[in-house]
Amino acid sequence: MSEIEAAPDTADTARELLFGDRWEYAPAPQSADHVRLADRYGAFIGGEFHEADDYFPSISPATEETLAEVGRATEATVDRAVNAARRAYDSHWRDLPGSERAKYIFRIGRMIKEKSREFAVLESMDGGKPIRESRDMDIPLVAAHFFHYAGWADKLEYALPGPGRPRPLGVCGQIIPWNFPLLMAAWKIAPALATGNTVVLKPAETTPLTAIKLAEIMQEAGLPPGVVNIVHGAGDVGAAIVEHDDVDKVAFTGSTSVGKQIQKQLAGSKKRLTLELGGKGANIIFEDAPIDQAVEGIVDGIYFNQGHVCCAGSRLLVQESVADEVIQKLRHRISTLRVGHPLDKNTDIGAINSKQQLEKIRRLVDVGEKEGAEKYQPECDLPDRGFWFPPTFFTDVTQSHRIAQEEIFGPVLSVTTFRTPDEAVERANNTEYGLASGIWSDKGSKLFSISKALKNGVIWGNTFNKFDPASPFGGYKESGFGREGGVHGLLPYLNVQSQSWQPKTTPSTNGSPSTKPGNSTSTGPSPEPKADDT
Amino acid sequence: MSSTDEPDYRPPQVPTVDEVAANERADRLATRSIKTEAKVQGLRMLITMLDLTTLEGADTPGKVRSLCQKALTPAPHSDQDYPSVGAVCVYPPMVEIAREQVAGTDVNVASVASYFPSGQAALEERVEEVKRVRDAGADEIDVVMNRNAFLSGRYERVHEEIRELAVASGDAHLKVILETGELETYDAVRLASQIAIDAGADFIKTSTGKIKPAATMPVTLVMLETIRDHYLDTGQKVGMKPAGGIRDAKTALRYLVMVKEVLGDDWLTADRFRIGASSLLNDLLLQLEKERQGRYHSKRYLSLG
Repeated sequence: MSEIEAAPDTADTARELLFGDRWEYAPAPQSADHVRLADRYGAFIGGEFHEADDYFPSISPATEETLAEVGRATEATVDRAVNAARRAYDSHWRDLPGSERAKYIFRIGRMIKEKSREFAVLESMDGGKPIRESRDMDIPLVAAHFFHYAGWADKLEYALPGPGRPRPLGVCGQIIPWNFPLLMAAWKIAPALATGNTVVLKPAETTPLTAIKLAEIMQEAGLPPGVVNIVHGAGDVGAAIVEHDDVDKVAFTGSTSVGKQIQKQLAGSKKRLTLELGGKGANIIFEDAPIDQAVEGIVDGIYFNQGHVCCAGSRLLVQESVADEVIQKLRHRISTLRVGHPLDKNTDIGAINSKQQLEKIRRLVDVGEKEGAEKYQPECDLPDRGFWFPPTFFTDVTQSHRIAQEEIFGPVLSVTTFRTPDEAVERANNTEYGLASGIWSDKGSKLFSISKALKNGVIWGNTFNKFDPASPFGGYKESGFGREGGVHGLLPYLNVQSQSWQPKTTPSTNGSPSTKPGNSTSTGPSPEPKADDT
Repeated sequence: MSSTDEPDYRPPQVPTVDEVAANERADRLATRSIKTEAKVQGLRMLITMLDLTTLEGADTPGKVRSLCQKALTPAPHSDQDYPSVGAVCVYPPMVEIAREQVAGTDVNVASVASYFPSGQAALEERVEEVKRVRDAGADEIDVVMNRNAFLSGRYERVHEEIRELAVASGDAHLKVILETGELETYDAVRLASQIAIDAGADFIKTSTGKIKPAATMPVTLVMLETIRDHYLDTGQKVGMKPAGGIRDAKTALRYLVMVKEVLGDDWLTADRFRIGASSLLNDLLLQLEKERQGRYHSKRYLSLG
């Protein structure tokens, strides 16, 4: 009892925690030696890579160096890819028994696991996310998705209601974003293959490289040519896929504005559509929350993946009675976040994905300041080259501020307060989006009652940004429609009308298969390629 | 010591702890990669933060003298200038012997007391023991919290007892052992930590080492967070001592990472952070030599404590 009597009740300013340099972590770079990249890659069509007329660079956002060049697809490229997918679909893939499709999907999942280190490093190089996240989150989830859907492939009849056999749709055009490049590819490809569809995938322009490595795995795995085709380019290539007459289904993950365009384009067409769009998720902290863990949840909600997360908890709603405490703890917590090179194992926040995105974040942060919100950023040294933005939060934010309404898609949090549970719900729902929310309370009944009142596709209780292939993911309102993941994720890729209700017609060209009920397990006389037992 | 001493005692209000999320945070901190200079600096720091411990029924004067020598010169074979450890930690009858051995050095003598490890004795006897080891020259006294009282909800008694033990410890540093392995939940750990701090603990300590689980990362995290919040409330800096089960350098570095990222620089000192361990020291030395020479040398170069 030597010191406590002397403990002075000093002013609050004297009671700061000092996160200084008494013990600095040395650089802990993840080696990138084992990542093999060619100088250039073309489109992957019919099981082969094809030369392109025109190439664009894919750069590392941390160093601005070109990693590889990627062939820009034209309308003709897209047409070839769709045709290859159609041929693969018609000739055998749709008729292949589910248990045979499953073998390919399992094999792809296993090969991703085997090469997980290479994938993780390349994902961080190309997209800027910290190696800790690509290693511990992205790539394990990618493999898990393939494993999960491999398991569904031969159980479709039991997965969905109705007496008939669910039938695939045909050729799926899939357009994915740059925030989780390989994970989004897995979310799209795995259920499509499990349900017997074929795929034309377009990765984002800034992050095409892991999808290319995935294509190499498809080759190695012996996936029949044309089942998965990958083309590269910007929005015009995506538009060409959406518009192509022989595409039966479009799945898009990306911004709400592009999603709206696609929906307009497809209005009145036969094509099925799912959209997974933007969000402005509320992270709601009640006064009875486990505060230290809630603060950690705020960090996971908004600073995970530089805030490039459609389901990010970008709006913090904190009960007024604990607001000061939460904000003080958040301030301390983010001063220990390490912003730096994505390949350093101790990096918490990596590089912003592109210059364009960095400019958008800066613009909206300026708007926040001009509108009178109070900005807080910890001191941090940012590298000279590359695209960087420090973890940021705004206090004194109201629902009428633009930063409380618009999706920033960066490491920027807006903090607002509420007084009662009803007000929390009202504020949380006061947005055009409806993708994801988090609720923090030690009271189980409150978690359930509040989550029922929130208009969100995903709601986390006492956690945030948790993903599992068995759990459906998707939005309400302008966050899109359709669900990915779990048994729900099969539905957008299947026709589940019962056969007995359908008039007998000759098979049309829109891809409905000519299979009869009961032959789903037959190996038949058709010359279908089979996966080896592995 | 009766409940009438403090009729208005109310247990402190502490935040709840979500077990899953606390475990995740501790796991995340364990992924920090400590390399090269940072590793060397961390390992050297850890030597100074070590309470080199022997708490066996078989302890003899010879064993304690041997431990003290190890504490003073951890690596007699090496030409390197390794620091001495923070303290030697022994049973009460060994305090005088240890005191003699480390007299005039930086190494402190810590003694367990208050009927370690169970604490199942009348308060007077426990207070008496604390006074005895203090008079025998202990610089630091590690007392066990009364889990009997805590688990039966008599928080007032827990508080009052620690207060009396704190008074009895005089100028010696008082470390209060919560024995978290017996408390089980993080909510209980958080409450016990706060009661101990309020009652005058200079350090809070996880375990006796006699109960499993002993120190764990998430339990230590919860205790560090209690210390942090208490500091922000009052300005008082309480120390932390995880003890038991920390046997290798890698694990010890993870605890140090946790201290750095939860409490900051002011706690990266032997005055505010200790690890209680018996076999950790030689692994710290082995890893330091490995960093220096680029390879592991044989364990025969490591002296026994």
